[in-house]
Amino acid sequence: MSEVYEKPQPVIDPGTKPFWDAAREHRLSIPRCRSCGKHHFYPRELCPHCHSDDLEWTDVGGKGEVYSYTIARKPAGPVFAADVPYVIAMIVLDEGPRMLTNIVTEDVEKVRIGDRVTVRFDDVTPELTLPKFTLDKD
Amino acid sequence: MAREAVIVGVGDVPLKDGRVVGGGSVLQVQARAAKAALDDAGIPMRHVDGLLVAGLWGVPGPGQLPSVTLGEYLGIHPRFADNTNIGGSAFEAHVAHAAMAIEKGYCDVALIVYGSTQKSERSRTLGGRPPILTMQFENVWGIPQPVGGYALAARRHMHEFGTTEEQLAEIAVATRKWASLNPAATMREPIAIDDVMNSTRISDPLKLLDCCLVTDGAGAVVMTTAENARAHGARAIHIRGYGEAHTHWSIGAMPDLARLTAAEMASRRAFEMAGIGHDAIDLVECYDSFTITVLMTLEALGFCKRGEGGAFVSGQRTAPGGAFPLNTNGGGLSYCHPGMYGIFLLVEAVRQLRGEAGERQVADLATALVHGTGGTLSSGATVILSNN
Repeated sequence: MSEVYEKPQPVIDPGTKPFWDAAREHRLSIPRCRSCGKHHFYPRELCPHCHSDDLEWTDVGGKGEVYSYTIARKPAGPVFAADVPYVIAMIVLDEGPRMLTNIVTEDVEKVRIGDRVTVRFDDVTPELTLPKFTLDKD
Repeated sequence: MAREAVIVGVGDVPLKDGRVVGGGSVLQVQARAAKAALDDAGIPMRHVDGLLVAGLWGVPGPGQLPSVTLGEYLGIHPRFADNTNIGGSAFEAHVAHAAMAIEKGYCDVALIVYGSTQKSERSRTLGGRPPILTMQFENVWGIPQPVGGYALAARRHMHEFGTTEEQLAEIAVATRKWASLNPAATMREPIAIDDVMNSTRISDPLKLLDCCLVTDGAGAVVMTTAENARAHGARAIHIRGYGEAHTHWSIGAMPDLARLTAAEMASRRAFEMAGIGHDAIDLVECYDSFTITVLMTLEALGFCKRGEGGAFVSGQRTAPGGAFPLNTNGGGLSYCHPGMYGIFLLVEAVRQLRGEAGERQVADLATALVHGTGGTLSSGATVILSNN
């Protein structure tokens, strides 16, 4: 991490801090509703399923599958130019919620919907860790 | 007798190579479009007492209160304002809101206006919005905005239903044929399926020619009562039904990536209000930010079943001379796309319903359906219009 990280960094707020704090400790933590039992992501103040405010942060397994993906052939601005082509994927976690992330792989052409994936924590700065995913078949 | 809200004027500004002819600020181009629409209606600006705007200009700054700024600039004092911004579909929602305001007697003459000078200003990039609040979970991954979200939807649709990139290309090719009949269109040179397939890859599976243009543009729509229309000798286009909905903005929160839920909700309500079926629709103008937007919209509007959009658009069925005239001005894909496109769907539908569309005129038109999509497949708003 000698290079300066120039890509967009989340502007962490009180509602999202537990997620990013956990990521820094290499844990994937998301809210679960004590009322309906469902997990959700991104973190909210009210459960988006049943609108209860009885929520708790829970560590999840970090496993899931590819729901959809795209290979960026053009970068999302100059700071991503060196990474092209790269994979942005929507993962369905085994606990239910979907999350957008990157799949880190040598061969971007290899990704398919339904592929099993596992979280991999990428410490991009001393303060920020991004939960990315790898293909189990890699 | 109950007041009936009607559309009496439409206007836009001339474009050359995607730029506003003669240049101008975003306020100037909106003023020109507003004047064109009011002149078309034969109604003076001083009669406008309802102002409906949505835009991406002047923020931070005067654009934070867009109708307040534009009312001031136009020299009017509206007593009804609507700054609803649900993305590019906002203008179809504005028609619904203006219709309710006019029919309730809350205003008499409503002006809906939009403008952008993004092309001239070179202000558009694929970079994301600031990674704050909900977007801190999207923009850190380098998703090209907004194409990446549409690409995720396209990939999922292909996975679930076997939709092909060639079928998406059919839409781009058919839309370009319509553009070739529109002297105002930015891109008029015919293209083939192979041209789309071989165009620059942007965000798989979407390629350059699957994507809308980046242009300037401004458009406006004037509405009033049927009675006032008669008094001004304006030809009225009737509003038979409308509906709107939105479901998400973060692509991660879209209920089903292969299904346009907002369009299903909006159009169902519009059809119910109109009391007509799909067979009664002679023309569809629907938002074509990307080819996949069109395919998913046609399914959601109910013109074909879910998953059958690919077959529906195959064989150039939506091209001039085809069974299903669609996006007859050349759409966002080939006519213009100044950031938010929905106003131009309305302008074209009205011109078609009045028989003013020149070489691209669709014959024997009575009823048109206009559907806008905004955000990242986020919002939908439908308006059903007729000329009788």
